[in-house]
Amino acid sequence: MSGKPRLVYINGRGRMEPIRWLLAAAGVEFEEKFVETKEQLEKLVKDGDLLFHQLPMVEIDGMKMVQTRAILSYIAGKYNLYGKDLKERALIDMYVEGITDLMQMVMMLPFSPAEAKAKNLASIEEKATKRYFPVFEKVLKQHGQDFLVGNRFSWADVQLLEVILAVEEKIPAVLSGFPQLQAFKTKMSNVPTIKKFLQPGSARKPPPDDNYVATVMSIFNLN
Amino acid sequence: MAGKPKLHYTCGRGKMESIRWLLAAAGVEFEEQFIETNEHLEKLRNGGSLLFQQVPLVEIDGMKMVQTRAILNYIAGKYNLYGKDLKERAWIDMYVEGTTDLMGMIMQLPLQSAEMREKNLALIIERAKTRYFPVYEKALKDHGHDYLVGNKFSWADIQLLEAILMVEECKPDILSAFPQLQAFKGRISNIPTIKKFLQPGSQRKPPADDKYIANRGKCCLTSVRFHFPQLLLKYL
Repeated sequence: MSGKPRLVYINGRGRMEPIRWLLAAAGVEFEEKFVETKEQLEKLVKDGDLLFHQLPMVEIDGMKMVQTRAILSYIAGKYNLYGKDLKERALIDMYVEGITDLMQMVMMLPFSPAEAKAKNLASIEEKATKRYFPVFEKVLKQHGQDFLVGNRFSWADVQLLEVILAVEEKIPAVLSGFPQLQAFKTKMSNVPTIKKFLQPGSARKPPPDDNYVATVMSIFNLN
Repeated sequence: MAGKPKLHYTCGRGKMESIRWLLAAAGVEFEEQFIETNEHLEKLRNGGSLLFQQVPLVEIDGMKMVQTRAILNYIAGKYNLYGKDLKERAWIDMYVEGTTDLMGMIMQLPLQSAEMREKNLALIIERAKTRYFPVYEKALKDHGHDYLVGNKFSWADIQLLEAILMVEECKPDILSAFPQLQAFKGRISNIPTIKKFLQPGSQRKPPADDKYIANRGKCCLTSVRFHFPQLLLKYL
């Protein structure tokens, strides 16, 4: 029953993608079970597999873990990507939470009504370039180290790379005012486990398309 | 510079209330600076105190901490309310995320139109009864301990009590089908630090309903909009 973690989610990024990133960055192989219909989701709920009736769910170390943040914290802690003490953890948490807020906006974009899409995209660009990226640009400039916290690779670095790439997919020149982040992006992309994850054929999921949106709407009854 | 933690927020519950609960339950005295105008918030922003231009802000142990979850994690860790190992922490995190979702729904109500409010209130009651409370009821029943995780008082217990009381404000008899939670509520409310926090005159804030706003004009509900809560797709 033990062995590789097993990820239960839709075949797309959504809320599971940061978990895929973190496991991959930690060099942990994992399996995936894709939920494709409402009936499959209902069965999981009925079988008692989903603590709060929601996905993501990750079977790991004998637990059926739910709640994205709980899962990410567990993985980060287990694979030593969570800093060396409480204060480093506090910094990692603050950075991750900020990044998650930005990531959330990107995640929601495909679900915006057509008339709101342009506005929401502009909002993402504004928040990325005025609120979030300047913070990390400054952190990296001030300590001059390769990694965000404690001169050591952590969950914060993985998540920052993920959001940079996600925003770049929508706004290709978004890093143009951020030389530190450009260098960071290159360095992190070359970390062997991450380099592997960025190659075709990995567990990384493509950007959401209309098909993905339709699947989500149908499975979660959002129509 | 050390000394008591200092909380910067409006004089209402919002996203700071869970932090007040946790500090109080841990027996930690704290100060509060209330933000009552846009100018005050702008001043904090321009002064560079707010990492992502948002509140809550808690000055603690030489750090200017932002992001509610980060602050709560730090306090829980510092005051030994976060379990004894990674697995207990995982359970505490899962339980806390559930109650956070439920309380998050309630927090939105004052910001909504009367029609939306009525609809969402019904949804909150349904979710409390069929999705959230049964989980904690079962956990307590299964292990028979006084506390949710590891037979020891933790952050999960504090947040569950906070959520129970908040839902009861919406529907007083919400616990009628949950005997374990009723007993839990009684037990945790009697923990000395929590008992003190539940008494009038403590730093606990009242709910932000229309009546509250009418009577306490100085505290602006609109300030809750400064940090418009995370999008609701979480409530799938």
